[in-house]
Amino acid sequence: MTNIPETGRNPRVQIRLVVIQVLVISLLGTLGGRLWYLQIREGDQYAKEASGNHVQQVVQPAVRGSILDARGVALADNETRLVVSASRTELLKMKDDGKAVLTKLAGVLGMTPKEVREKVRLCDAETPQPCWNGSPYQPIPITDEATPKQALQIRERAEDFPGITAEPQAVRRYTSPGKANTAQVLGYLSPVTDEEIQKAQDTDSPYLRSDMVGRSGIERQYDKQLRGKAGVTRYEVDKLGRVLGQAEADPAQPGANLVTSIDARVQRIAEYQLNEAMKDARKVHDRNTNRNYEADSGAVVVMEAKTGRVVAMASNPTYDPNAWVGGISAKDYAALTGKKSNYPLLNRATQGLSAPGSIFKVIPTAAAIQAGYSFEGPYECSSSYSIGGQVFKNFESQSFGGISLGRALEVSCDTVFYRLSHEEWKRDGGNKPKKDPNDWFYKTAHQFGLGEKTGIDLPNEVTGRVPDRQWKKDYWQANKDAWCKTGKKDGSYAERIAYENCLEGNRLRAGDSVNYSIGQGDTLVTPIQMATIYAAISNGGTLYDPTVGKAVISPDGKTVTEIEPKAHGKLPTSKKTLAQMDEALAGVATRGTAAWRFGGWPQDEIPMHAKTGTAEVYGKQTTSWFATYTKDYSIVMTISQGGTGSGASGPAVRNIYNALYGVSEDGEIDKKKALLPTPQKTLPKVRTDGTIKSPKVSKDPAKERATPSPGATATTPQDGDPADPQQAGTVPSPENTNRDTRRRERRRGGGPRRGDGRPRARSRHRSGRTASREAAS
Amino acid sequence: MTGGVNSFQVSGYGPERAGWTRVFARDSLARRLDWPILLSAILLSLLGSLLVYSATRNRTELNQGDPYYFLVRHWLNTGIGLALMIGALWLGHRALRTAVPLLYGASVFLILLVLTPLGSTINGAHSWIKLPGGFSLQPSEFVKLTIILGMAMLLAARVDAGDKPYPDHRTVLQALGLAVVPMLIVMLMPDLGSVMVMVVIVLGVLLASGASNRWVFGLLGAGAAGAVTVWQLGVLDEYQINRFAAFANPELDPAGVGYNTNQARIAIGSGGLTGSGLFHGSQTTGQFVPEQQTDFVFTVAGEELGFVGGALIIGLLGIILWRACRIARDTTDLYGTIVAAGIVAWFAFQTFENIGMTLGIMPVTGLPLPFVSYGGSSMFAVWLAVGLLQSIRIQRPMSA
Repeated sequence: MTNIPETGRNPRVQIRLVVIQVLVISLLGTLGGRLWYLQIREGDQYAKEASGNHVQQVVQPAVRGSILDARGVALADNETRLVVSASRTELLKMKDDGKAVLTKLAGVLGMTPKEVREKVRLCDAETPQPCWNGSPYQPIPITDEATPKQALQIRERAEDFPGITAEPQAVRRYTSPGKANTAQVLGYLSPVTDEEIQKAQDTDSPYLRSDMVGRSGIERQYDKQLRGKAGVTRYEVDKLGRVLGQAEADPAQPGANLVTSIDARVQRIAEYQLNEAMKDARKVHDRNTNRNYEADSGAVVVMEAKTGRVVAMASNPTYDPNAWVGGISAKDYAALTGKKSNYPLLNRATQGLSAPGSIFKVIPTAAAIQAGYSFEGPYECSSSYSIGGQVFKNFESQSFGGISLGRALEVSCDTVFYRLSHEEWKRDGGNKPKKDPNDWFYKTAHQFGLGEKTGIDLPNEVTGRVPDRQWKKDYWQANKDAWCKTGKKDGSYAERIAYENCLEGNRLRAGDSVNYSIGQGDTLVTPIQMATIYAAISNGGTLYDPTVGKAVISPDGKTVTEIEPKAHGKLPTSKKTLAQMDEALAGVATRGTAAWRFGGWPQDEIPMHAKTGTAEVYGKQTTSWFATYTKDYSIVMTISQGGTGSGASGPAVRNIYNALYGVSEDGEIDKKKALLPTPQKTLPKVRTDGTIKSPKVSKDPAKERATPSPGATATTPQDGDPADPQQAGTVPSPENTNRDTRRRERRRGGGPRRGDGRPRARSRHRSGRTASREAAS
Repeated sequence: MTGGVNSFQVSGYGPERAGWTRVFARDSLARRLDWPILLSAILLSLLGSLLVYSATRNRTELNQGDPYYFLVRHWLNTGIGLALMIGALWLGHRALRTAVPLLYGASVFLILLVLTPLGSTINGAHSWIKLPGGFSLQPSEFVKLTIILGMAMLLAARVDAGDKPYPDHRTVLQALGLAVVPMLIVMLMPDLGSVMVMVVIVLGVLLASGASNRWVFGLLGAGAAGAVTVWQLGVLDEYQINRFAAFANPELDPAGVGYNTNQARIAIGSGGLTGSGLFHGSQTTGQFVPEQQTDFVFTVAGEELGFVGGALIIGLLGIILWRACRIARDTTDLYGTIVAAGIVAWFAFQTFENIGMTLGIMPVTGLPLPFVSYGGSSMFAVWLAVGLLQSIRIQRPMSA
């Protein structure tokens, strides 16, 4: 060994070897450190990524709960349809972004290629409807009305239609039982947006990409209850998507069913009568504008007086809620939201605002009592009332001499309220207001719930407006710049008003208080507010939160959560005053402004109370208001640019009452014809399997009342006409009301009524003359 | 040069002993062998066989329906490797010195053969020779070894003869020329990973040879310049450029180029401290990581054995490298020093590059992890290297 030279041990080589060694160790140390960083420090995140890597989710959408009427009739349920959808991500993978496939698909579906392409594009600021505003990763429905043949064509030639699926899906169906479409109350669904998914991510009810979300009405208000929970099955898959094993499966939980207080038959009649009233109003000549009334929109609310539950709520113009199902078409969307559409999506019962006119007068009456005036008076009902040269006329310049507040309500005497309101205004300091004015007339309006939401369980209710001192100030602050710019002392009417407003718009002027006292000026109310107030007068003073939802029934039917009536206030009126007002309002129906509409009404059996109103709107025709109540119901109807209160709305309201109580034109009560002589108390029966019993509803309750079908005239008064499918069908419900309905229909058919059945023809004829009797501002 | 021909009878002194006494005698072969290296290499090979098995048992398209196909072959490769090690040990590195020109010539011939139609392409690199019976040969693995041996022979010749303290410029040039020829051929394949390994080997060899600093730094500079030139001239294939781009930004195209890196990192990251258990890695079972039995075998360890398993592999390779460095330092002749240092450079870079790419700190290149990755040529080459290290070790003086 000794002769081996130690050449490998010279110092330069040794040093370099140490360098190599250090380098090697530091490299290995780097690897170890990086390994620690990935596995220990960031391990959790990678573990998450890894599980996302090989878990594929299959979502079974939950069946949305049904919306039922008070007797269990479905207003909205689900049906299975063949839905053809396109996956955007798949289409975009193709060279032409899927154009060829979509064109081919259009051919199969009998649509134009443009239509199909528009359905698949994504909505953004520049893209008008139709477009997809749901998640771009979700298959986009192109049609939900594919025929089995079309679906088969697509599925059999799957290779020709990459990214296209045709599958049966449960889609929403708005059933319109007995032609009651209830559109604005029910609302509609549209696909969930990415934004909403993000927002709801960490809440207890997160959205799935496939979810449909309620956008208005009950569908929106009760979305959480109706939606249920989609089932998710997570499969572990490998890189190629082969299933390795089922990791987790949450079964779908169907949504709960919602029983509403709506009665489909009454709803239909309300809708029908509102529409007929508007059609009739358009035939009436308006002397003020020298053209026929436009009757562009209207609303009617039928409410249970003792609970605030809504039995019917109609808004006109209306639409078919099924237009939204499966994605709305461009034409439908334009018809629903365009400028020419007159906005049928609006629920004018909760979102329609107008001055209340004389139906407001119950409030100044209560206010006067609060301010210390006596009910009896007498108060001078002159033909006009002037303040500093400005003359405020009574409607049609009638004069009734000295009368009580009750009589003032009956004949709707404006000047009585002008005087009282003006006096109060002066007492509060007039143009130099006291520090702490009483403002009885305004305070009372607030106490009656005006200027605030009633709290109805429908979204986007509006508050209306009480034009009190505070509002005047705020409004002036917001608008003075514009007013002062356009206002001219000697300009046009509008310019003069602006000029005046610019100068003193922040103050409550004498004229304001006078206009306000008869529900004019800047006062704005919604029909639901007025219905709530009149229901409160009926029930002894309780202002209920109106409700549409009555009970939530779990899908298995075992849990029933009733939605109890809730009050939001009491009228600031003593029992005695309420009784006096009640009597006066009964007087309106028997000898006052609405008497001619309730001719022959069985007042002793069913005491009727009413108040008419005709509100003036600057630049437009008058708004017709009609507020009524019995001990069980309060019905308020309004028609914008429709004419007078009793003239335009009177017959329709009377017809609704006729149907509810089974009263014929000549005033006879037939309890068997009555649809709902007392409000529906019980909830629909639930079968053991969770389904809900529902009575059949005839084809069109409104038509049956208005015109007996020619076939029915000949039939015997017996039940069970085999020719009528509605009759032949087994009716699961033992409820009397239902049987009454059917029998009424039969009786009517065989009854001695005149064939005409459209009393409105007569009403119209009289309306010109009677309008003068109706004193309203 | 008396050691030589039969290394099993190393010493010429001491009384003849028999049986176990002889085996465990202070100067016996068993006592002089570097056991840490041997045991680490065996352990790594066995561990590798399990990881390869885990990665391939469900891949019917690769294992021809036999889940044990790769396991058995890995064992077979390890066995052949062990035999090659024993052969190298028996011959001894010094005896091999005389055979270096022959070995070098043979290996260069083989890589030239790859460029002919006999060669076949796997993963974009034309670096394999298909052999009958489903075997294939990757000659570039052996070239790494013959470059080390060839350069060591040239550089150490005059120093070991006692003529000069350090190799002179002429010798260095000759040695570089010897290395450059096969490197150029491998570059043509193109097998960029192997070329990178060879560059590092050349650097390590030059460092250990005691060649002038100018050479070392000059070579570093030339390497950098060369890399830039290669990049600029577009010699690289698109897939190679993409690999670098994906390295720079792994999120670039998670389904395409960046896929390997991303999936590898997810697999390792999800392992945590102790891993999901052997054969229970979902990334591995789901076959999300490509080339998992060869270049990405470390991801199996990372996912199924966790930090513990990954660190064990790095640790075992660390032991081998540490001992190899010791061997390089302790041996008395420059030839042995250079060979050991060359092997250190080779193993160290290949380990760092292979594990580094699965951890996302190095770009992806097709380099096997010594002992662990499946692959015959690589396995044989590294075991031959172990044989050389052992040979250098047992021939050093006892006093060291």
